[in-house]
Amino acid sequence: MTTLSTRDLVHCALFAAIVAALGLLPPIPLAFIPVPVTAQTLGVMLAGALLGAKRGGLALVLFVLLVLAGLPLLAGGRGGFGVVLGPTGGFLLGFPLGAFVIGWLAERLPRGGNVLTLFVACALGGIGAVYALGVPWLVLVGGLPVEKALYGSLAFVPGDLIKAGVAAFAAAAVRRGYPTLAAH
Amino acid sequence: MLGLYLHRESPVHALPAGWKLAGLAVAATGVFFVTGPAPLGAALLACLGLFALAWLPARTAADQLRPLLPILLVLFAAQAAFADWETAVVVTARVCLLVLLSALVTLTTRASEMIETLERVLGVLRPLGVNAGKLSLMLALTIRLIPVLFDLVQEIRMAQRARGVERSALALLVPLLVKTLRMADTLGDALEARGYDPR
Amino acid sequence: MIELRNVRHRYGEREVLRGIDLTLAERRVAIVGSNGSGKSTLARLLNGLIVPSEGQVLVDGLDTRKDAKAVRRRVGFVFQDPDVQIVYPTVEEDVAFGLKNLRLPRDEITRRVDAALERFGLTGHRTWPAHLLSGGQKQLLAIASVLVLEPAHVVFDEPTTLLDLRNRRAIARVIRDLPETAIVVSHDLDLVAEAERVIVLDEGRVVADDAPGPAIAAYVARMG
Repeated sequence: MTTLSTRDLVHCALFAAIVAALGLLPPIPLAFIPVPVTAQTLGVMLAGALLGAKRGGLALVLFVLLVLAGLPLLAGGRGGFGVVLGPTGGFLLGFPLGAFVIGWLAERLPRGGNVLTLFVACALGGIGAVYALGVPWLVLVGGLPVEKALYGSLAFVPGDLIKAGVAAFAAAAVRRGYPTLAAH
Repeated sequence: MLGLYLHRESPVHALPAGWKLAGLAVAATGVFFVTGPAPLGAALLACLGLFALAWLPARTAADQLRPLLPILLVLFAAQAAFADWETAVVVTARVCLLVLLSALVTLTTRASEMIETLERVLGVLRPLGVNAGKLSLMLALTIRLIPVLFDLVQEIRMAQRARGVERSALALLVPLLVKTLRMADTLGDALEARGYDPR
Repeated sequence: MIELRNVRHRYGEREVLRGIDLTLAERRVAIVGSNGSGKSTLARLLNGLIVPSEGQVLVDGLDTRKDAKAVRRRVGFVFQDPDVQIVYPTVEEDVAFGLKNLRLPRDEITRRVDAALERFGLTGHRTWPAHLLSGGQKQLLAIASVLVLEPAHVVFDEPTTLLDLRNRRAIARVIRDLPETAIVVSHDLDLVAEAERVIVLDEGRVVADDAPGPAIAAYVARMG
């Protein structure tokens, strides 16, 4: 495995900061649904889709480390070990995995992918991989019965699907303007 | 540095971050072996005792649990419905205990000290091409860039509001990403211009 | 002394520098030109951040293509926007960054950081987070972080473009008083007027190279 170049380090730090900055935003109201959606998982999807598996995953590792260190970077100004050891901590730990999976898929798309294929990658990683850690955590730490944890989480899937769509559009648009990004 | 740290002169604050993390790991594992309401109650009291020892008022402890209130209620109701009252109390108390203990570590440890400790623990990432120096540079860069990006987000939202496309997430994200990637080019140059060598 | 010998530079198909021959030996040189004239590329050639597609850039006899590391130690670079140049969260950490890259002993780092903060009036802001500084103070921090490395030459890439008049004048004074050789790339004509020699760039070529008076007149005439 190759080492990280200076540009790679900068990209990881910038996307970790983007995820944090998106969390400081008031929830973005999406025009077509009444439910406000926090923008932070959008950052996870964008990091994976634009930086690839290794750098995208690493960007989210940086983000999680800073949250653990006690910086109030999660939506609503939360942070610290309490969040991770709480019942929903698995979703936070799922961020790096989600970005990694999205990146891994995106790297395998022909010509960097189009909106549709990027959407599928964002949905699989941003929902599939993140929930794959989040739901069992709800069961283990929260002591929720499996069905209950699963159905409860399903309520967030429509919002996350919309975010995957937005992330896919944005990633495709940015890739057209920045073709060098995928060349790593 | 911005953070959740609350400064006090206390033995809990003075304890090195590594010890606190190790203690938290042991306690978090141990909690799952405590099954009766009475020992859990005692553990909760002991935990509040630690808050007092750190000169943190009971209100601060309560503040840690408040954002979790909805999920705690769901948890409690689910357990009460599917199991029994005693299990519901035990499970909910266990979550409260975990959250309080870990919040105590966060509240009594400076973010900078915690970052240094985490960096040491994370020698694990070496096979990914990350060494301790790179990791600490990236963490510092991220902390430095968060306020810069936050300003950038506000600036773009303002511009979009002026153009009447405030409600479109794409109208925010695309310019944000393009500007950020352009910043990345200059930042990379700036690091190397000051003699940074990634090897 | 910095020499450019028949330098050409291309980004893909687009040629941005079309044959530049210059010998820069004066204490204060200014380079002016419109947007897209190639002046930012020229600035980045001077410390080896970019190597030319053709030709040679020599810094005190060192070729930027072969001795990039040594060249960067001799040539400091101050960017237009301090927000993309300040890399550490607090003032003192950022000033120390370049010194740590040189692997200097800890007490020497402390001594030089102290001196640099004093020199640029930042001693009182030592432990401040950089994002709480004003625009002018951020630019001073960016300059301090470069000059603490004691380069022989300093390249300034539009150092005053983002500042208000008061801060523009403050930065101009700082540049005027530097003992180091400075090459200032700018279209701030007040700043350019303080140089000993002014080079006007247009479409990748040198179109005037003179004392400030006539060179600025030529530049203004060209801009229409």
